[in-house]
Amino acid sequence: MDIPYTVEVRRDTGLTNGKIGIWLFLASEVMLFGALFASYILIRTGAPSWPRGDTILNVPLATFNTLVLISSSVTMVMAWASLMRHRFGTFRIYMGATILLGFVFLVVKYFEYSHKFENGLYPSTNNFLAIYFTLTGLHMLHVFGGMMVNAYFLGPGSKLWKTNPEWFANRVEHSGLFWHFVDLVWIFLFPTLYLL
Amino acid sequence: MTSDHAADIDRHVRVYITVFGALMALTIITVVVSRFHLPVPIAVSVALLVATIKGSLVACYFMHLISEKKLIYAVLMLTAVFFVALLALPAVTVHNGYWIH
Repeated sequence: MDIPYTVEVRRDTGLTNGKIGIWLFLASEVMLFGALFASYILIRTGAPSWPRGDTILNVPLATFNTLVLISSSVTMVMAWASLMRHRFGTFRIYMGATILLGFVFLVVKYFEYSHKFENGLYPSTNNFLAIYFTLTGLHMLHVFGGMMVNAYFLGPGSKLWKTNPEWFANRVEHSGLFWHFVDLVWIFLFPTLYLL
Repeated sequence: MTSDHAADIDRHVRVYITVFGALMALTIITVVVSRFHLPVPIAVSVALLVATIKGSLVACYFMHLISEKKLIYAVLMLTAVFFVALLALPAVTVHNGYWIH
């Protein structure tokens, strides 16, 4: 039996099921990160003193990573636009670039984390580092998850393009929505943790 | 693919490139402003304002929220209400500078 409303929109919602599904998932993600941001505010406002992020963390590396993640959002949306133009070869290039940029982001975070551990700075060291490792660690998991899904659409999942291109384009759009959300979270994490 | 559809996608792509430039510029502005070591309330306000502008650009144009269906807006409005309530919790748990136990 075919999955209903993958391409055609439902009359009651005006949306495909995949589209409403990914937005409901993102709504739950907003609450997940929202709880952690609320924890950050609670811990910071309750602390007698709080360090400036740039005295402990590496701002140039994080700035570079911000530019990397923003670039990956552009390549992601260009991958989807390529499918809308029926240019599968261009889609592969942009999707490959998106995964590569995600990988660069994780490599930079690896060096950041390694440097902290070498200097004896762990989540247990103080509240600032606890919230830093929790928020960035959870965010990294999201980057990794998004990369896996994108890799699937670049590899085995792309077979769908031959049989049902419209459905494949919708799936890539939904994957893109998740990827942009991950970018969106980092846009707020960067100044909150590194610059204030 | 009709020529109208192709032109529409081309227009979208031009918007994506413009938004990309704006996001890059705003990131640099955020970092430069942080080097002025402004008082904390002003620094927080500026950083969050710039982050909100950047986030809005991503949501509106990359996530196509600028032209989405009503149901998606309804879901996000409900989420926003709970999100704001969650962030406001620290404020309502503090009374005269002391934690309410």
